[in-house]
Amino acid sequence: MSYERPAEPAIRIEGLTRRFGGNAVLDRLDLRIGPGEFLALLGRSGSGKTTLLRTLAGLDPVEEGEVLVPRNVAVVFQESRLLPWRRVWENVTLGLPGRDARDRAVAALEEVGLGHRLEAWPLTLSGGEAQRVGIARALVREPEFLMLDEPFASLDALTRLRMQAMVGRLWQKRRCAVLLVTHDVDEALLLGDRAVVLDSGRIRTELPVALDRPRRHDDPGFAPARRALLAALDVHETV
Amino acid sequence: MLDMTVRPRSEAGTATPGTPTRAEAGRLRRAVPTGLLRRSVSPLLLLLVWQAASSSGLVSPQTLASPSRILSTAVGLTTDGTLPRNLLVSLARAGSGLAIAVVAGVALALLAGLSRLGEEAIDAPMQMLRTLPALALVPLFILWFGIGELPKIALVALGSTIPIYLNLYKGIRSIDPKLLEMGRTLGLSRAQTIRQIVLPGALPDLLTGLRFSVGISWLMLVVAEQVNANSGIGHMMTDAEDFLRTDVILVGLLVYALLGLLSDQVVRVLERTLLAWRPSQGGRA
Ligand SMILES: Nc1ncnc2c1ncn2[C@@H]1O[C@H](COP(=O)(O)OP(=O)(O)OP(=O)(O)O)[C@@H](O)[C@H]1O
Ligand SMILES: [Mg+2]
Repeated sequence: MSYERPAEPAIRIEGLTRRFGGNAVLDRLDLRIGPGEFLALLGRSGSGKTTLLRTLAGLDPVEEGEVLVPRNVAVVFQESRLLPWRRVWENVTLGLPGRDARDRAVAALEEVGLGHRLEAWPLTLSGGEAQRVGIARALVREPEFLMLDEPFASLDALTRLRMQAMVGRLWQKRRCAVLLVTHDVDEALLLGDRAVVLDSGRIRTELPVALDRPRRHDDPGFAPARRALLAALDVHETV
Repeated sequence: MLDMTVRPRSEAGTATPGTPTRAEAGRLRRAVPTGLLRRSVSPLLLLLVWQAASSSGLVSPQTLASPSRILSTAVGLTTDGTLPRNLLVSLARAGSGLAIAVVAGVALALLAGLSRLGEEAIDAPMQMLRTLPALALVPLFILWFGIGELPKIALVALGSTIPIYLNLYKGIRSIDPKLLEMGRTLGLSRAQTIRQIVLPGALPDLLTGLRFSVGISWLMLVVAEQVNANSGIGHMMTDAEDFLRTDVILVGLLVYALLGLLSDQVVRVLERTLLAWRPSQGGRA
């Protein structure tokens, strides 16, 4: 598969190995993400996607191999991980320096459609709202590299579609490099410039998504891409 | 000893009856006072029987003073200044003991909860102290500190430091690691992490500890003042014992009950205001 990678990758991973008690979850993994590239990472459960993301976020150590990430990264976890005792806008400004922190938080929350919930307590938010606060908290830092670990997995189908569209819009505006971990093949194809599949510790499949944006399910190229990706995940649809 | 890290039951002590249907609403207008009345029937009846038994001489005042006698004694003790004076002394002892306990308990729990060294130095002795019934220290404290204010305040302080320490320490240690991890990805400094995540997260446990402490401080005080004191509610009661004044003793008991009730309410109000973020506390914004 030929794919034009930018000369200067924003993220470079070479020979990354991560072991838990002997067996390598990540095994000499190589991966590059270009500046402003939206990469979708798939892989079966337990294949090490979260482990990779945690390593890139600096939460797990790099034991073997080399990892190069920009300074300014942000993470959105599957659970929103908001501080219940801080109001919504205070959660967004957490650790943010500067006098205009609140204004920036308000702007970010308006961007994700939560301008009316600034003063709310996190425990009163719906799942989708809480996840949007998590996204606002990541975006307000204007990261060069944004990581999302199954951010929509716990949301209902309709909310998920809306959030995917929102993330797509926000990314097109900001153009930061994005790593989206997902189980959802459609999601990968709707958002990613490229989809990669992690299997037995390495990137085994790499699929450039050459569909026009804004992406649509009824794009003629969608079904073949979907099939290819599912095949890489060892799923063969026969209905 | 009691396991003092158990959360006390929340407001659920008195279950609220279900919301009535529309059909019941008419009946309800009278039903609320009747319900209250019905609930107060048996205590009132008990009081009446008690009064009757006392008035008829069935129960001598040396055994148990009559309700009317208790009331008039309470009024008398209040107007002649005996009760207010002793109450103030008791309040000052409980207050200063509790204040010391809060400062010491919080400081120790922070040290043990936030640093490995602190944990090693502090936690083991505190866990040992917890198994010791503090009341058993009374004789020792009297030997050490004599009969002044010191042994009483020290006893209150010691007894109520422990639940504050235990609960706050547990609270700090059980902060959701996912939140701490999130703090790391946001680049929070250690001080910011403590201020934004650890302390507010452990606050509910601190308040639980405080609630236990308040209860224990009264318990300590009762014993300390009854064993040796020349002022305070406990002293007023032991003094009355010598003169077979059961009415004074019962007034003292009543005062203790009210104090306990009142201080518990204060902590509840604290919880409601400080933990407004909990939806169950009415914090929906
Ligand atoms: N701290 C740990 N200690 C031991 N084993 C771990 C640890 N973290 C992850 N693992 C193991 O590493 C493997 C990969 O886990 P990881 O969470 O990265 O998978 P994943 O691809 O994110 O799966 P999912 O799609 O279910 O989220 C799993 O087998 C898991 O049990
Ligand atoms: Mg995972």
